[in-house]
Amino acid sequence: MSFILKQPSVLPGFALTLGFTLFYLGVIVLIPLSGLFVKTSTLPWEQFWGITTTPRAIASYQLTFGASFVGAIINGLFGSIIAWVLVRYQFPGRSAIDALVDLPFALPTAVSGITLAAIYSSNGWIGRFLEPLGIKVAFTPLGILVALTFIGLPFVVRTVQPVLQDLDKEVEEAAATLGANRWQTFRAVIVPELWPALLTGIAMAFARSVGEYGSVIFIAGNMPLKSEITPLLIMTKLEQYDYAGATALGVVMLVVSFVLALAINLLQWWSSTRHMNQ
Amino acid sequence: MSIQVDHVTKRFGAFAVLNDVSLHVQDGELVALLGPSGCGKTTLLRILAGLERPDQGRIFLHGTEVTDRRITERRVGFVFQHYALFRHMTVAENVAFGLTVQPRVQRPSAARIQEKVCELLTLVQLQAMAGRYPSQLSGGQRQRVALARALAVEPKLLLLDEPFGALDAKVRKELRRWLRRLHDEVHITGILVTHDQEEALEVADRVVVMHQGNVEQIGTPDEVYERPASPFVCQFLGDVNVFHGRAVQERNVADLPPLPDEKRVTTVGVVGEHEVTFVRPHDLEVHRSRTHPSQLEATVRYVLTAGSRVWIELSTQDSMQAIEVELTKERYRELDLREGEIVFVHPRHRQVFKIPQS
Repeated sequence: MSFILKQPSVLPGFALTLGFTLFYLGVIVLIPLSGLFVKTSTLPWEQFWGITTTPRAIASYQLTFGASFVGAIINGLFGSIIAWVLVRYQFPGRSAIDALVDLPFALPTAVSGITLAAIYSSNGWIGRFLEPLGIKVAFTPLGILVALTFIGLPFVVRTVQPVLQDLDKEVEEAAATLGANRWQTFRAVIVPELWPALLTGIAMAFARSVGEYGSVIFIAGNMPLKSEITPLLIMTKLEQYDYAGATALGVVMLVVSFVLALAINLLQWWSSTRHMNQ
Repeated sequence: MSIQVDHVTKRFGAFAVLNDVSLHVQDGELVALLGPSGCGKTTLLRILAGLERPDQGRIFLHGTEVTDRRITERRVGFVFQHYALFRHMTVAENVAFGLTVQPRVQRPSAARIQEKVCELLTLVQLQAMAGRYPSQLSGGQRQRVALARALAVEPKLLLLDEPFGALDAKVRKELRRWLRRLHDEVHITGILVTHDQEEALEVADRVVVMHQGNVEQIGTPDEVYERPASPFVCQFLGDVNVFHGRAVQERNVADLPPLPDEKRVTTVGVVGEHEVTFVRPHDLEVHRSRTHPSQLEATVRYVLTAGSRVWIELSTQDSMQAIEVELTKERYRELDLREGEIVFVHPRHRQVFKIPQS
């Protein structure tokens, strides 16, 4: 396929819109991010390496990325179920539940953090029942997972929902007439259709969780090496006027997030175009 | 597999989609359900497949009641109008689907499945496309894949829901002849839903004409075309000239004068009753001069030549009613008609129906 930069079209303005796009992305995204790299580059390499590989920093990466990943997977599973129920069934209160899904978007993150901490603390509504079972949620890594799952939920539901809505019912009926049982129909017909959207949803929930700060710090307990997330570590450094150190950690997060997002995008692209290869 | 539909009624809300429909299809028959959209033909097909449940009535397949049986237990092949192929699977995977989902004990070996897929793709003339994805095929090819997929599980009954509806005219014609040949080879009971009367008449052994949830007529293509049971059937199957009139004698007299050949007159009415007479455009005979006293005098308004046929629009002197006549090209040349000329017409054949007084 030849690469055509400009195609004749009814609506002209390719040069204008592309120019605007580049300018806008430059101002909004690229300049601030390159500032991060410029600031970091004032550090000698050894010092950069030293700051970013302290045991405290590494523990925080593991916690941040690990909890975000697990949270995104949990959301992938239960978000799909919620989307399924919202699309497939008519029941009283459906639109109320539909609106409820967006709440984690709308709520100030600090509010959700405080609320979650209050509910899951040892004398909170849910925490008091978990306490006798030996499960501590608030002020532990488990609490972080709860907070990240909470804020990531809308991403999965909102990406899977439209795809489910557009899903051709006849394809399921075809599978049924061919003798496939419900599970086979779901696994062989519905899941492959949902897969790209589901991956996108999970990727977005993950990306959002990695950068989450407000809701986590209230429920995390913030114990170094145990329940301290990287964004908090960056905040701590900033409060000590260690700007270079803070940006160094920022760069690490940025690079890792970018690589992961790219990987997920590639995976998603591959799964959605696999059946359309010429 | 024989099919017995016994007094089936289906409502969506207050609207009766099927109104006490009964139907019997013999083993090995290919039957067309024909009607305008919204007449309930697709609903009936979906009820047969088990995709819908009737509100009342029973369904028997091969003498066994299946009304409450699940889709998967009916062993019915279903072909959808918009193909409903699995787009993330190759053509071969699509065709093999029905075999691969069988329980392990019944499932043929992988080699046998492959062999079977190959046979079926040969049958639908798509051997070369086995590795392609549905998005890489044309509409006609996709529908053939859908057909092969439905045949893979060796159904006793094949249900086709407007299978050629989304295809262009030429492909549609090719595919329906091909379907007819296939049916003669495979000998499977088939039900075809269509709103295209030409398709139904050409392909089916018998045609079921449906209208507003009711069966209007069941018969061979010739029967429903030549001897329609109701005005609806007559009008739905092809073009027709409609003449309203009132019986003034012990014999039908519509606006159109009686036929020269008295034996052909269908007398349905009593004197004074309203009647409607249908004459197909090709059943009208046109002469330049009066050959019989009862012929209708008319003026040629338009002449349209379309391929091998010539369409002529006439208007009668007294009522200004437009009459469409279809002539062969030879007859048209023989007559050498011009617009504005006077001609004399009479029907070779016609259908007369009483109109219930309202």
